[in-house]
Amino acid sequence: MSKHLLEVKDLYVSFDTYAGEVQAVRGVDFTLDGGETLAIVGESGCGKSVTVQTIMKLNPEPPSRIKGGSILYRGEELINKTNREMQAYRGKEFSMIFQDSMTSLNPTMRVGRQISEAILKHRKMDRKEAKKLAVEMLAKVGLPNPDKCYRQYPHTLSGGMRQRVMIAMALSCEPAILLADEPTTALDVTTQAQILELMKEIKERTGTSIILITHNLGVVSRMADRIAIMYAGKIVERGLPDDIFYRPKHPYTWGLLGSMPDMSLRTDRKLTSIPGTPPDLFAPPEGCAFASRCPYCMHVCLKHEPPVFDMSEEHQSACWLIDSRAEMVVPPLGEDKTLRVKGRGGHVV
Amino acid sequence: MLSEQILEVKNLKKYFDVGPRQVLKAVDDISFSIKRGSTLGLVGESGCGKTTVGRTLVSLYEADGGEIIFDGKDIMSANKKELKQLTRRMQMIYQDPYASLNPFFTVGEIISEGLIIHKIGANKKERMEIVYELLELVGLHREHANRFPHEFSGGQRQRVGIARSLAVEPEFIVCDEAISALDVSIQAQIVNLLVDFQDKMGLTYLFIAHDLSMVRYISDRTAVMYLGKLVELGDGDEVYSHPVHPYTQGLLSAVPIADPRRERSHKVQLLEGEVQSPINPKPGCRFFKRCPKATGICSEVTPELIDVGSGHMAACHNID
Ligand SMILES: Nc1ncnc2c1ncn2[C@@H]1O[C@H](COP(=O)(O)OP(=O)(O)OP(=O)(O)O)[C@@H](O)[C@H]1O
Ligand SMILES: Nc1ncnc2c1ncn2[C@@H]1O[C@H](COP(=O)(O)OP(=O)(O)OP(=O)(O)O)[C@@H](O)[C@H]1O
Ligand code: SF4
Ligand SMILES: [Mg+2]
Ligand SMILES: [Mg+2]
Repeated sequence: MSKHLLEVKDLYVSFDTYAGEVQAVRGVDFTLDGGETLAIVGESGCGKSVTVQTIMKLNPEPPSRIKGGSILYRGEELINKTNREMQAYRGKEFSMIFQDSMTSLNPTMRVGRQISEAILKHRKMDRKEAKKLAVEMLAKVGLPNPDKCYRQYPHTLSGGMRQRVMIAMALSCEPAILLADEPTTALDVTTQAQILELMKEIKERTGTSIILITHNLGVVSRMADRIAIMYAGKIVERGLPDDIFYRPKHPYTWGLLGSMPDMSLRTDRKLTSIPGTPPDLFAPPEGCAFASRCPYCMHVCLKHEPPVFDMSEEHQSACWLIDSRAEMVVPPLGEDKTLRVKGRGGHVV
Repeated sequence: MLSEQILEVKNLKKYFDVGPRQVLKAVDDISFSIKRGSTLGLVGESGCGKTTVGRTLVSLYEADGGEIIFDGKDIMSANKKELKQLTRRMQMIYQDPYASLNPFFTVGEIISEGLIIHKIGANKKERMEIVYELLELVGLHREHANRFPHEFSGGQRQRVGIARSLAVEPEFIVCDEAISALDVSIQAQIVNLLVDFQDKMGLTYLFIAHDLSMVRYISDRTAVMYLGKLVELGDGDEVYSHPVHPYTQGLLSAVPIADPRRERSHKVQLLEGEVQSPINPKPGCRFFKRCPKATGICSEVTPELIDVGSGHMAACHNID
């Protein structure tokens, strides 16, 4: 039996479209333990949402198709479970905060009712208790007038308010694993701080584990126990926050960390970004998927996929530069090896 | 003659009726102007009315009061023909790329729609060339033109939205959370792109976002809103380096730091206290129940925006 709460092994997911097969997830591995927060960061379109939605089997098949791999939850294989069997897990075991709050709330139903229905389905409560909890949760995510909000329809709420409704709904079921896909991207930083605090509090109180997808490296710094960096359907680097921020090994990670705006360069109106575009997932390249954009690309990178190298038990990276035969590359790091990251992002005060 | 301000907003109001005798004052008497070729950053609590400001500016909502003067013309008194002209010149990139792209059209059709409406490009072939160019400009592939919105990731859809608004060569763009769904590298790419267009074609932006480091980077001037009101406004770095409104101060302290070691010791000042409702708001400062500096007057008198030095404005009774 697996010693992890959740273990995803060698997961492959594709979409069959008119134009061909989109290989969205191509061999993803990760584990999640009880009470831990794993942050998944990566290029837009690299397969983060598809990966977590596959865990809950939320991608309709077709067009999506799980081509291989294994998803063990408390040692039990989920990969072959039917949609119906998965119902038993949704809400109570896994709960999801979607990236697109507008399309995931039912537009014809008042938001409060949507929350209390979810509670009734997954927790042993009667209608009155469920309603009380729903209003409580709406207040906890910082919505003004929770009673009034309970009776509103989604379209009358702002983007951030709808997102908070979604968060209230997901957290009210106290799941074992919370899958949070960009939960706070639509929120201002004070509300974000409040929600992140709430997620931490629930995690501490109930031992909920969290998979957090976010583009915001500040949020990653605040929340993550471990970090996985994804690129073109694969995890290219993973490690503890200190590994990723202070000793990153993958050129994509370097590019990502280097793209954050540097406040001190305000007058110089150019931000660094990674040149080029990610590979076409209809026909992913045979070597390293990052090769075409990588300033350090070597001959081997074009032909052979880089294996996963272990820097430590926690820190792995899939890049040929780590191979002992490769030439030493000095990463574009600052003096103090903190990759000009230090003092960025949040030092506004 | 070209006036220096491309957009002047005076006492703008947008109210929603949300129930019997219940008026939600989403935008309540705000005034600002934007210089031609510059960027005004707009930040504030979610639900404070930023999108409503943007939508009212580009005539998606009808204002309930005030004036919007675009390039010398009063939008609210424009006739149908003038309005069509104006709407080409003013575009909006939407916050919600899911809801704003028609699921039954391919990306190519979505982007060329504006081209057809405004008669840009002689024929389909020419229009498709423009579409391909735009797709590549925003970092997508030309092959994407034949795909449908649901086949894209969140960030990819957002870039389709950006390509669509750039298609009609506008002069003023409301970027409503246009980049927050993207990874930082593409954010940087798009922001560079927006800045390039600005330098080359003199575009003007209203840049609405929650990521303060990005807003700080791109904006020439920054406005902070709280529950329908402007509470602070300043040039360049003023608002970030010398925030004077207690809400702005709280906002800045909450920004997460992209550095785990510093973040571990970062004490966030959570804004405690009840969030006031924008429905039938009472006089007084709308922030007073959560404000650490509130005094008696705050619950009674609405503070006006006053100049605290060199054009830096703030609306608070207790500025030190
Ligand atoms: N229904 C679908 N049909 C075809 N392709 C799809 C479908 N859903 C997703 N994809 C493709 O799968 C890939 C991964 O998408 P996914 O939504 O997981 O990206 P993501 O990492 O979450 O990106 P973002 O950060 O932009 O949300 C993308 O290239 C996308 O175009
Ligand atoms: N069509 C509508 N009917 C009723 N109320 C509305 C409508 N649209 C917006 N509102 C209300 O107006 C207020 C401002 O909404 P708006 O969308 O402008 O906020 P926002 O600042 O853009 O927030 P966010 O950062 O979350 O996107 C909110 O209280 C919202 O509930
Ligand atoms: S494997 Fe090669 S191409 Fe890929 S990231 Fe490493 S150096 Fe660059
Ligand atoms: Mg996604
Ligand atoms: Mg908005």
